[in-house]
Amino acid sequence: MAATDLLDRVAVRAATRARPFWTIPRRDALVGYLLISPQLVGSALFVLLPLGLVVYYSLQEWNVLASTFEYVGGANYAKLLADPNMGQVLTGTALFSVGLVVLNLTLALSLAILLNQRLAGTTFFRTLFFSPVLVSLVAWTIVWQFLLQQDGGVNGLLGVVGVEGPNWLRGETTALLSVIVVQVVKNVGLNMVLFLAALQGVPRQLYEAAQLDGAGAWTRFARITVPQISPTILLTSIITVVGSLQVFAQIAVLTQGGPGMSTTVLVYYLYQQAFQFRHLGYGAALSVLLFLIVAALTLLQWRLRRKWVFHES
Amino acid sequence: MKAPGKLAALSLTALLAVTACGGEAAPAAQGPQPLRMSIWTSNEAHLKLFNEIAAEYRKSHPQVGEITFDPIPFENYTTTLTTQIAGGNAPDLAWILENSAPDFVGSGALVPLKSKIENAGELVPAATRLWERDGELYAYPFSTSPFGVFVNTDLVKAAGQKTPRELMKAGQWDWQHANEINKAVAAKGKNGLTILNFDYKAWDNLATVWQGWGAKAWSDDGGTCQFNAPEMVEAMTFLHKAIFTDKSMPGPGTAVDFFSGDTSMAVAQISRAAMLEDATFKWDLVPLPAGPKGEYAVIGQAGIGVLKKSPRAEQATDFLTYFTNAANSAKLAAYFPPARGSVLTADTMAKTSPMLNGDQLQEVVVDGIQKGVVKPSHTGQAELAQTARAALDPLWKPDADVKAVLDGVCAKIQPLLGG
Repeated sequence: MAATDLLDRVAVRAATRARPFWTIPRRDALVGYLLISPQLVGSALFVLLPLGLVVYYSLQEWNVLASTFEYVGGANYAKLLADPNMGQVLTGTALFSVGLVVLNLTLALSLAILLNQRLAGTTFFRTLFFSPVLVSLVAWTIVWQFLLQQDGGVNGLLGVVGVEGPNWLRGETTALLSVIVVQVVKNVGLNMVLFLAALQGVPRQLYEAAQLDGAGAWTRFARITVPQISPTILLTSIITVVGSLQVFAQIAVLTQGGPGMSTTVLVYYLYQQAFQFRHLGYGAALSVLLFLIVAALTLLQWRLRRKWVFHES
Repeated sequence: MKAPGKLAALSLTALLAVTACGGEAAPAAQGPQPLRMSIWTSNEAHLKLFNEIAAEYRKSHPQVGEITFDPIPFENYTTTLTTQIAGGNAPDLAWILENSAPDFVGSGALVPLKSKIENAGELVPAATRLWERDGELYAYPFSTSPFGVFVNTDLVKAAGQKTPRELMKAGQWDWQHANEINKAVAAKGKNGLTILNFDYKAWDNLATVWQGWGAKAWSDDGGTCQFNAPEMVEAMTFLHKAIFTDKSMPGPGTAVDFFSGDTSMAVAQISRAAMLEDATFKWDLVPLPAGPKGEYAVIGQAGIGVLKKSPRAEQATDFLTYFTNAANSAKLAAYFPPARGSVLTADTMAKTSPMLNGDQLQEVVVDGIQKGVVKPSHTGQAELAQTARAALDPLWKPDADVKAVLDGVCAKIQPLLGG
């Protein structure tokens, strides 16, 4: 009995000793980590570190010219809550985002459905609608600035049909609408291509079966197309919502936040505070607010996916 | 933590440490040290002259390496400059525009210059006021450029109007007559008067008009808003009528380019004369028209300061001393009116000014600098300017209530003025 115990112990020890540290799973893990390390390091340096620094700066009062850097705790956040402009800025941001997302997704989906038909010239129109995506954003916006002037191209076209166009960039409502349209026309092609790819992935037999069952065009769209492309709708809506909250160059070129504060969206307001007015600490606090809004909206959409994305249910 | 996790964390920490080490200051530089000056002009003639002066300086200062003049677009000049400073990439020397002078001078960001500048006593007091604090000079008043009115005399005559110079001789060169001329030109389908850089946003340029009514943006001590004072209401009512009733000024959202020849008058600084070199029309430069309060002048300024943060502040100060001495001021006067009394004469400036004649230099530049006031500037000017811009926007509509809008401006900016 005792001899058997001893033998067992020796055998266990030998087995333990013989087992190398670099087991196959560990080696696989190491290779995996090494492969993703460039991305990991890049994210750490250029995403996580700046994010952490923004939070840190939001707790400071930094006077660039006087070279003073002073810890002020939550003072910048208290200022944010008491800022009389915040109501207007957040309302403007919400109007801008809702307008942009609704118009962009509706137009992109409509164009994709239209260009998914087997008709002559669809390739030309696909290229035409996608081409603005490739144009430099600032160049695109400057051209639109000329088109939207009182005596610009847009009003010239309206004049041909006897309509006297407004001074687009000088009216509060028309300025907001103009920035939305300029942004939508610039980027609608990207969402259109994504929708087009999704539409082409919908099995044709589903439509054939529905047609045999007597389903009309609208029923086929609502019951087959939308559920089938719902993952793409989720993706495009997340991209568009996040993008809409980060629109800057168009506003900087077209309106500089005006007239009044009608186009001063959150990202432009934080630019003004941080870089033009040199309130870098307060600008950082506004950045944190923007980050939280974007994160919350993305999370909300992600949570809601189970309810309306077909493949997630 | 499992081994691969530890390894990844260690690798990341090591990499961050190495990167952080890379951010340390470079070892003490050897050899000639370069200097960088941020400027707003990218005009080739201006840069050529700067580079010639810099090359001359380097001949006698071998310890100074390349001197770079780094143009930053005017529209975002101060924002870009302060972002460079915040990012640890501050230039050694910088032009400073007058609207940010109180912020730069008051912050202690600049090196004191009074004892370094050659013969500082001859600088015209009107030119140095903005750049001084407690008797010390913090930036050299490099360009003291009065606003004048560039006139397209071809368009004025074609509209059957007397030219401004003829009106000056008759003692009738005032805003009412100027408005009549521009109204007549506009009626012929061309543009009337434009105020350069205003574009219904940069409202401080309107000081070139409202000064004629004796109006001010705020009180001299900077503490009280004056936008709704009677003088300002009158001046703004004049402008509003000119834009929306007489159509003698292009309205908001209209692109105008005086230098292409389709506009009768432009209020601008004399440095813009360089853009008329290839003009295909006859033009003149005259002083600002008189207002109800009589004749007046408004000057725009730019100073050059040395950033305290510069590791080469001493060499930069020495170069600035050379760059702005009397001999170089006379050369630079071709484009940038000097603040030195000894060279601020029409005769001296006429020798180097390629575009303007003696009368124009005397009337607009020499007289203008002597009696001119600077555009409004205040500590925290950028925020003030933006807040006032937003509050003034409702004024640029045909049915605006001028007094109500100006009351609104004061309601918005008074808290920023400190009251």
